[in-house]
Amino acid sequence: MITFESVTKQFPGGTTAVDELHLQVPDGEVVVLVGPSGCGKTTILRMVNRMIEPSGGRVAVNGEDVMRTSPPRLRRGIGYVIQGIGLFPHRTIAQNVATVPKLEGWDDDRIKARVDELIETVGLPDGVRDRYPHQLSGGQQQRVGVARALAADPPVMLMDEPFAAVDPIVRTRLQDEFLRLQSEVRKTIVFVTHDIDEAIKMGDRIAILSQGGHLQQYATPKELLAEPANDFVADFLGAERGLKRLALIPVSQVEAAPGPVVAPGAGIDEARRVAETHSSDWVVVVDDEGRARGWARLDELDGRGPVDGVRLRDFELTVHADDSLRTALNALVISRHGVAVRLGDGDRYEGLLTRELLSEELR
Amino acid sequence: MELVAQLLDWFTAPAQWTGSSGIPVRVLEHVLYTVAATGVAVVVGLPIGLAVGHTGRGGTVAVNTTNVGRAIPSFGIIVLFFFIFGIDPVPAVIMLVALALPPIVTNTYVGVRSVAPAVTDSAAGMGLTGWQVLREVEIPAAMPLIMAGIRTSAVQVVATATLAAYIGLGGLGRYIFDGLSQQVLNQVVGGAILVALLALATELALGRVQRLVVPRGLQARSRQAALDAKLT
Ligand SMILES: Nc1ncnc2c1ncn2[C@@H]1O[C@H](COP(=O)(O)OP(=O)(O)O)[C@@H](O)[C@H]1O
Ligand SMILES: [Mg+2]
Repeated sequence: MITFESVTKQFPGGTTAVDELHLQVPDGEVVVLVGPSGCGKTTILRMVNRMIEPSGGRVAVNGEDVMRTSPPRLRRGIGYVIQGIGLFPHRTIAQNVATVPKLEGWDDDRIKARVDELIETVGLPDGVRDRYPHQLSGGQQQRVGVARALAADPPVMLMDEPFAAVDPIVRTRLQDEFLRLQSEVRKTIVFVTHDIDEAIKMGDRIAILSQGGHLQQYATPKELLAEPANDFVADFLGAERGLKRLALIPVSQVEAAPGPVVAPGAGIDEARRVAETHSSDWVVVVDDEGRARGWARLDELDGRGPVDGVRLRDFELTVHADDSLRTALNALVISRHGVAVRLGDGDRYEGLLTRELLSEELR
Repeated sequence: MELVAQLLDWFTAPAQWTGSSGIPVRVLEHVLYTVAATGVAVVVGLPIGLAVGHTGRGGTVAVNTTNVGRAIPSFGIIVLFFFIFGIDPVPAVIMLVALALPPIVTNTYVGVRSVAPAVTDSAAGMGLTGWQVLREVEIPAAMPLIMAGIRTSAVQVVATATLAAYIGLGGLGRYIFDGLSQQVLNQVVGGAILVALLALATELALGRVQRLVVPRGLQARSRQAALDAKLT
């Protein structure tokens, strides 16, 4: 747990970068500091490992005031990915990653094993071990920066715009991999970004800051999007706040309609009857194992049965239970029939999503 | 043509290669002055450059002060030293040190300062102490520039150490000044050629040293940079 109690930072020259900040970062969570450029994010982050010392108040890691530990000791226990990565240009990737374990006096075998493990963990090809930073792509360098910060397995990580310097596609991949990794390692992480979408995606909690290090709101992404505390926060969340909220809600939150379902062997009469009770002119065909096989229009059945005897149509749009409501909404908007099929694991049929069903959540 | 023949005579005369005024001894004396002056300049200049580079304080003062060495009229000073101290190698070497200091101090300072702030920052952020940042990061990363400074100094010292002979000391300058006063042209040119060769040898030898002390990752990059520079 990291706690800020009335933390203030005034730089010589009079800039107040942080003003009376109160904040708690719970164990195992990612807290994102987000706000416009120059609002004090980096300053707040760097007060955790004493790269900057507070001019007032108290910063504590696991209850211990950081000012009571010598900076090198303190910093070796806190992983730090700085804005701009800062890999050592004269050292190989393996040597870069080994920096803190070496300082901590690990033996060579242990270091080697750890480096190999980390290179794999962050998704780098094995061949980069003995290369130098300038021989790597921007995305690869970012991964090395993360691996180096993780090297001695610190419980706390500070990450300052770690994915800012790469193109959007690589950034998305790095974000996804980071989240997967975090779900395994469960570190306590302070993550800085100026990008609200990144904050919503990465954060268990988000601290929105304005100039001068003023904390405007501290809440989970859902709470923030549902109830912004003030105009500053609402503005910062942007015009598509509602859609961003939908992106956080899984499709499984919304009840799906059972829909007109028939077995593959059903005759035409049964298909008509089922369609009628659902006031539709088509049926969905689901087999004994619960797998959706396709759908058929009644007028195309030509009075024949069983239903499986005619060529079934493929579903235009399917939505997986893990997808977000935003994805589901998108599917419904582009669907000609205003209906999307919801599938679970192994393509099991779970029901139909309609605009009406979604509208409950959209309000 | 005649000069070439005379030069050949001068270089091949057996007497030229033995005794206290033979080429081997003169080269040795010259090398000694150079090593002494460059050595002292490294021992004095490197810590100054590292200190001001690492702390980021006093850089301008250090660079400007040592740059005075550049402005010293070597010839005038050495004659002045002769009138004060007589025939004494120490003042001559001091003069050469003053000449060798500026490139070493300036390059070391600039080398350390030009390590990307993100690099030293991440080093400190991972828990390296100030000394460790200097030793593990700043010095290795600044090594190409530090070595370039030492090479520049050493070559300048080789050329200027010739003046030592003007005040009665040894070294390759003897051939030049004695030849001038006795109007023996081939000896003057022969001496000059030897100085040039020694300067070249110094440059090459230090180039080797540079390859040994500059970390491999930076060598590949500086070679690449040199290639890029040629292409554009
Ligand atoms: N070392 C410093 N000296 C003086 N002012 C600084 C220093 N570092 C940051 N600041 C100022 O403090 C404010 C916050 O900076 P910073 O924490 O870097 O913002 P952010 O990371 O949110 O962009 C800015 O106004 C910046 O100019
Ligand atoms: Mg910043």
